[in-house]
Amino acid sequence: MLLRGGACFVQGNWEGHGKNFYKRFAKVGRHCICVLSMSYMERKLLSGNEAIALAALHSGCSLGVGYPGTPSTEILEEFSRLGGSAQWAPNEKVAAEVALGVAFGSGNALCTMKHVGFNVSQDLFFTAAYSGVNGGFVAVVADDPGMASSQNEQDTRSLARAGGLPLLEPSDSQEAYDFTRLAFELSRKFGSVFIIRTTTRIAHSSTVVSFDSSTAKPKPQGDFERNIPARVMVPAHARPAHVRLRARLEQIEKSADELFNFEYDSDDKSLGIIADGVAYMHAREAAPQAGFFKVGMANPLPVDRIVEFSKKYKRCVCVEEGDPYLNTLLLAAGANVEKRDEKWRFGEFNSDRAKAQIEGDLSYEPKVFKAKPPQLCKGCPHAFSFAAIKELGCIVAGDIGCYTLAAAKPLEAMDIQICMGASIGVGLGLRRVLPEEKARKVVSVIGDSTFMHSGLTGLVEAVYNKPPTGHVIIVVDNSTTAMTGQQDNPSTGAHLDSSPAKAVSIEEVAKAVGADNVAVFVPARQSAEFKEYLSARLAEDGVSLIILKQPCLLAAAKKLKAKKA
Amino acid sequence: MTDKITNIRVAGLGGMGALKATLILGELFFDMGYDVKKAEVHGMSQRGGSIFSDLRFGSRVLSPMIPSGKVDILVSMQPEWSDVHKADLAEGGRVVSPADIDMEKLENPKSLNVALLGVLSKIFPDIPEEKWLEHIRKNFSEKLYEGNLRAFKLGRGEL
Repeated sequence: MLLRGGACFVQGNWEGHGKNFYKRFAKVGRHCICVLSMSYMERKLLSGNEAIALAALHSGCSLGVGYPGTPSTEILEEFSRLGGSAQWAPNEKVAAEVALGVAFGSGNALCTMKHVGFNVSQDLFFTAAYSGVNGGFVAVVADDPGMASSQNEQDTRSLARAGGLPLLEPSDSQEAYDFTRLAFELSRKFGSVFIIRTTTRIAHSSTVVSFDSSTAKPKPQGDFERNIPARVMVPAHARPAHVRLRARLEQIEKSADELFNFEYDSDDKSLGIIADGVAYMHAREAAPQAGFFKVGMANPLPVDRIVEFSKKYKRCVCVEEGDPYLNTLLLAAGANVEKRDEKWRFGEFNSDRAKAQIEGDLSYEPKVFKAKPPQLCKGCPHAFSFAAIKELGCIVAGDIGCYTLAAAKPLEAMDIQICMGASIGVGLGLRRVLPEEKARKVVSVIGDSTFMHSGLTGLVEAVYNKPPTGHVIIVVDNSTTAMTGQQDNPSTGAHLDSSPAKAVSIEEVAKAVGADNVAVFVPARQSAEFKEYLSARLAEDGVSLIILKQPCLLAAAKKLKAKKA
Repeated sequence: MTDKITNIRVAGLGGMGALKATLILGELFFDMGYDVKKAEVHGMSQRGGSIFSDLRFGSRVLSPMIPSGKVDILVSMQPEWSDVHKADLAEGGRVVSPADIDMEKLENPKSLNVALLGVLSKIFPDIPEEKWLEHIRKNFSEKLYEGNLRAFKLGRGEL
């Protein structure tokens, strides 16, 4: 047993990752509570996403809510499959709002998204950090270092630190399970939102998870007590709330540090490594003889403990994916760590890369395999949509989804793609600045799910601040959120669990908002009609919204299968 | 069990069933008492483009990704695109590909993944055939199982 900083920790075989038995205690306030006590009855091979879903179920999660995004999508699907209550929100901000409502009502909320989705919901998170919660609020944010399926490789650790949000980082599926359960416990105990940061190789890697279903907790009873100063964040209330937040973070660091951050000392004092997430596994494989400080809670970071650790070793290296987050904080605190070369900021780690960084080999280049790029599926009806748009020589402000693949050869029918929903606003900006002849060529192309996510406000902008040449918005509606694996959305008429839902009609929304022209075509059958209609609308000055509606072939097959089942 | 880690890479194009084959392998070796880690990528990279997934098993596996030059067995499902991974083979590493199967006898091209598992099963003679079939059965509907069973037998050269 180990006693330090107000937390005690009984470790069976942590190194074996739960092969035998372990208990974790956290001292919260005056009480020493047993956070987890497990005898690990069952063992399964689970992906990080599946492990988080199972842990949420065992934590008495009242509601799982999120927006699909690789590599986070499977968490809610699995949670629903296991019998949990889960739903897709129109976007991550709404998801976070619903989750906060659950947590204000004493429930346990799980909120999932990819890293760029966190940007969308950040407004809520940065003030929910002040207000705190009285239930449980665990957000899983999945980063994509190396950008397997994303538009950037931002690092959620830096954002969590900026927002005063505690952030946990599992290094395999066992920790994904354990940390999620601990996060729910700690969220309730401290009244704080907790973030779990995964990366592609945590979310989509499968590793062995041991657990005991008999430790599962029931869903908490919903309840609401009025506490205006704590939850109405006007300046007079927010000022003391900010002070409370900083005190809470200090308390969390003291009490939870040793639940998540571990020192594995080595007799060989020539090399110490500070690592987090999956980078820890890569580094352990690359340098088994080194001493390790394994960071599982990156914010608040136990800087003093790590500085102390670093001084025991001749040289220390931070092995981390993404920003030099640990490295910068530790250097500033005077730790005995080497400044990381900028080279290691880009892309994803594996053990070869970890070895190269540790050895200071700046000549290292990852092996790149000649690869066939992804493309629109054979027979995708929306290839026709883009063929017509291209033939008219349009300047295409595009958006995020399968249809972004239209930018690739041979179609090359998309000129711009930045973030969810940006197609409309960016198209409007182009229309404002380009000479008339060119302005008339600008169209915004957006998918059905992306339109629901953040195209609605763009449409309002088009009607409100209509450019002199008007604008044309084309919704490529394949009736699913296809790229992430065919999830339903508010316009498809089905919930996350495939049960029927009231479908929001994009056509009716466009009419209600005040678009001058609204039309619907079936792209594979009405390609010529669509082209003619588009050509006429481009010549006019109105705001037009054209829906090209034809379901994704994969989603249709999936729905048929679900129906049969 | 020795400390040696065995590394299998399944490479192909999105939609060919490479991830499913790796899933079955992972569950099988886990069932056989090994520590197992499996790494793959979903999302955009799946849309018909090149994909690969890594499976590692042994007494204790750390990184879920196979280090460069350490692939013991490459399952190359679509040699035109997936043979590039031969560059990552370890010394003495081997390749399993459609060339190991009498492709004319493969009833359904979608069963190629399971047929290749059949070829793989001959490389691990210590694992009883029933174990392979048990995990294949778990991962397919009853309707698809029969066809996949024949594909597996074809891969084993028993058809």
